Amino acid sequence: MTKGSINSIETFGLVDGPGIRTVIFMNGCKLRCKYCHNPEMWHMQELNYTPEELVKKIIRYKSYFQNSGGVTFSGGEPLLQPKFLIETMKLLHENKINIALDTAGAGIGYYEEILKYTDLVILDIKHIEKNAYTELTGYNIDEVEKFIKEMNKQNKKVWIRQVIVPGIMDNLEYLKGLKQYLKKINNIEKIEFLPYHKLGEEKYKKLNIEYPYKELPEMDKEKCNRLYETFLNLNV
Amino acid sequence: MKEEWKNFKEGLWTKEINVSNFIQENYKGYNEDEKFLSAVTSKTKNVWDKCQELLKEELKKHVLDIDVDHMSGIDNFAAGYIDKDNEVIVGLQTDEPLKRIVNPYGGIRMVYQELEAYGYKLNENVDKYFNEFRKTHNQGVFDAYTKDIRKARHVGLLTGLPDAYGRGRIIGDYRRIALYGIDFLMEQKKNEWDNKLLGPMTDELIQLREDVSVQYRALEAIKNMASKYGYDISKPAKNAKEAIQWTYFGYLAAIKENNGAAMSLGRVDAFFDIYINRDMEEGILSEKDAQELIDQFVIKLRIARHLRTPDYDELFSGDPTWVTCSLGGVSNDGKSMVTKTSYRILHTLSNLDPAPEPNLTVLWSKDLPEAFKKYCAKMSIATDSIQYENDDIMRPIYGDDYAIACCVSAMRVGKNMQYFGARCNLAKALLYSINGGIDEVKGDKVIDGFEIMDDEVLDYNKVKKSYFKMLERVAEIYSDAMNIIHYMHDKYAYEAGQMALHDTDVHRLMAYGVAGLSVVADSLSAIKYAKVKPIRDENGIAKDFEIEGDFPKYGNDDDRVDNIAKEVLEKMYKELASHKTHRNAEVTLSVLTITSNVVYGSKTGSTPDGRKAGVPFAPGANPMHERDCSGALASLNSVAKLDYCNCCRDGISNTFSIVPTTLGSTEEERITNLVAVLDGYFAQKAHHLNVNVLNRETLIDAMENPEKYPLLTIRVSGYAVRFNRLTRKQQEEVISRTFHEKM
Repeated sequence: MTKGSINSIETFGLVDGPGIRTVIFMNGCKLRCKYCHNPEMWHMQELNYTPEELVKKIIRYKSYFQNSGGVTFSGGEPLLQPKFLIETMKLLHENKINIALDTAGAGIGYYEEILKYTDLVILDIKHIEKNAYTELTGYNIDEVEKFIKEMNKQNKKVWIRQVIVPGIMDNLEYLKGLKQYLKKINNIEKIEFLPYHKLGEEKYKKLNIEYPYKELPEMDKEKCNRLYETFLNLNV
Repeated sequence: MKEEWKNFKEGLWTKEINVSNFIQENYKGYNEDEKFLSAVTSKTKNVWDKCQELLKEELKKHVLDIDVDHMSGIDNFAAGYIDKDNEVIVGLQTDEPLKRIVNPYGGIRMVYQELEAYGYKLNENVDKYFNEFRKTHNQGVFDAYTKDIRKARHVGLLTGLPDAYGRGRIIGDYRRIALYGIDFLMEQKKNEWDNKLLGPMTDELIQLREDVSVQYRALEAIKNMASKYGYDISKPAKNAKEAIQWTYFGYLAAIKENNGAAMSLGRVDAFFDIYINRDMEEGILSEKDAQELIDQFVIKLRIARHLRTPDYDELFSGDPTWVTCSLGGVSNDGKSMVTKTSYRILHTLSNLDPAPEPNLTVLWSKDLPEAFKKYCAKMSIATDSIQYENDDIMRPIYGDDYAIACCVSAMRVGKNMQYFGARCNLAKALLYSINGGIDEVKGDKVIDGFEIMDDEVLDYNKVKKSYFKMLERVAEIYSDAMNIIHYMHDKYAYEAGQMALHDTDVHRLMAYGVAGLSVVADSLSAIKYAKVKPIRDENGIAKDFEIEGDFPKYGNDDDRVDNIAKEVLEKMYKELASHKTHRNAEVTLSVLTITSNVVYGSKTGSTPDGRKAGVPFAPGANPMHERDCSGALASLNSVAKLDYCNCCRDGISNTFSIVPTTLGSTEEERITNLVAVLDGYFAQKAHHLNVNVLNRETLIDAMENPEKYPLLTIRVSGYAVRFNRLTRKQQEEVISRTFHEKM
């Protein structure tokens, strides 16, 4: 029997996709982003839910979803548990529940089938340049390209998320590059800039892991908003 | 058709007293948004400014003034005004605004305590009459109370019983005065007395004949009282201003005559709207005028006062009067009953300011217009002054002309009345079932027939068996107490004015209540799923509990414990319903504490869920503070499982506090999301929700710097209150509640 490793469930998610959403935080991620605020989800843990069990839990919140809300798979990287994900998505689909997938696109395949059941992709852009990507995440950007290719093929609706880290993304050159990069994604509905924050630092202490950005200040929210305005007006 | 009824559509209501039918035949629903609303007028502003000065002074002195020379009564006071030239709706309880009435009928001892607390002395004559010649409700009750009831009351197993003050929770159908005029109502009562209420003369019939006589005289008194303000209310109201004024005179009579804990208004939005519409169609009323009438009517409701003891204030803090005003809802045939006047009443929160009274209660249905849902959510977010109750589950039981009394008690207006029963302490009863019926705080033997449990680790089945047996005993004592109380209240402190505005063959509800539900559910869950070891004193009484291991906690949408909460309620209701009631009242049950959860907690020892002695309970049906840690909706889902329709028909109160940024990043998002929360919660047949959208930090700052937040209003359990009028202990309790934030 397929089982998944779920870290936690937020029943009242209002920021990870439209409407009121049940957010499923899934364990396991191959990236080691230096600003990661969920380090407790890097590793796979106990397999604690069957798809049926998870769906049973989600259905308890269906009455709050109305026309806009639904489920968001987040993590960690939900793409790392493809079999479990597909089975769960199928069941949700049968129950007419809207499905969002919050991912960095760094999975292990099965994208065609996963995306078949996905209503909205929330794609976290880590970095747009191959070497910098590896420097930031310790991983290879090529995997993301495969995911984007399948997304485009199915013309999936996408929300883009970009964390703005001071000193890395808060410059015109990066914004121009991002604008160019996003041109290859077909069906973008919304782009969000998230200012880098240090709320995750406590978690590192608890887990006894050194926090990579100890010295780095948080991103100024106002400045982040200004960068966003600049970005929208860029002509590349 | 009477001249005053011109342009109204005829129906059953023209032939019999039937306000509900009048509304259904004549109201016009409104599905659009709030853009039509009108700003405050200068007249209203003048009146409200004067009130605010007085309110400031009252806040300093706690009680502005007391009339010690007159006793409560419908027509015992001279006319009084705030600012006569600017008042469009008139009538005060006494001859001056905020001057409070002495009501000795409930109990004279209470009056002494009240007056002493504020440095007043009772008029010697009144003092003499009530000590020498007139027996009070309180004296009657204690002439009949059993030893067991006294013990249960003394230790706080039963608390807040209306045995020394007015029971309240009765809503007269004040609208009848406006629609029919007093004379017609008097004729009807006389006709029943002469021709219908005839032999054989059983106790029941004699009592009813006496009631109706007293009601008849009360109607006359209302007419006389109104005439002091220059109004002749013998005939029906001719226009909107009169309709509102007539209705208000009915309510005013009620609060002159009675000092019940909750003196609720009923449901007037569609009713007033019909008159306002007719005047507008005739071109004699503008939107500005209509809003002025509503604003000024609401000002009057805001300054209703009752004289309370400091003890009472500790129980129900912030001087609440529960002028509950029910709004919206849907008709039996599925049409929205939201009218422009539903908006106008909510709009007083903007035109005047956010305020706890009247207790604005939206009867929520999935079928309310979207625009109205959004407006309610918007006003909730801005003011924290609105409560929501599920019309879709109440309407099948109470029809489409019910209203809420107090916090959550539904009743058909003019057709049902309630015998209010405060509540019993379920958590204390649980401790009794472990401690052989001995009170864990006072050491008294309260309930006979139980052994002290000496197990090292508590056994779930054994505890549950003992607890359920204990609930049977508690229900018996509680039921005896209620029958005595209401027998005596009917006899010595009968609400003649309010009952005159009911059908004579009124249906009575005997409304019991429970406190400490979440403590009991978590305690039983701990005993079942973890290891709970009592720590006993030298007499074997469990003073504390050691818990090994984790256990499911109520408030996380976990059936393992939520079902325990359900089962306890079902057992309690079944037991209460098995006893005979005074005047064959129908037994109902509520899960509601108002702010008394603090006092209940302070009187209750440590419980097996890990709650320490003296710590407040959660209010109403809320999960215990900070134990609902699976997100806001999981918490709501747990409460939604409690059964309103088959078990708790007197209401299940839930108070929900959420941080604004968690509800959404823009105002529009917050509104949409709050609507979705309400729709989702009520779709699961949940009953009630108080909504607060605020930050904990704001409350902490308001506790330390009250002068910075004179208007800060929050919903507690079933009513709203100015935060600065809560006791420090209650402020701390509110702050310690769960504020739902994103992870």
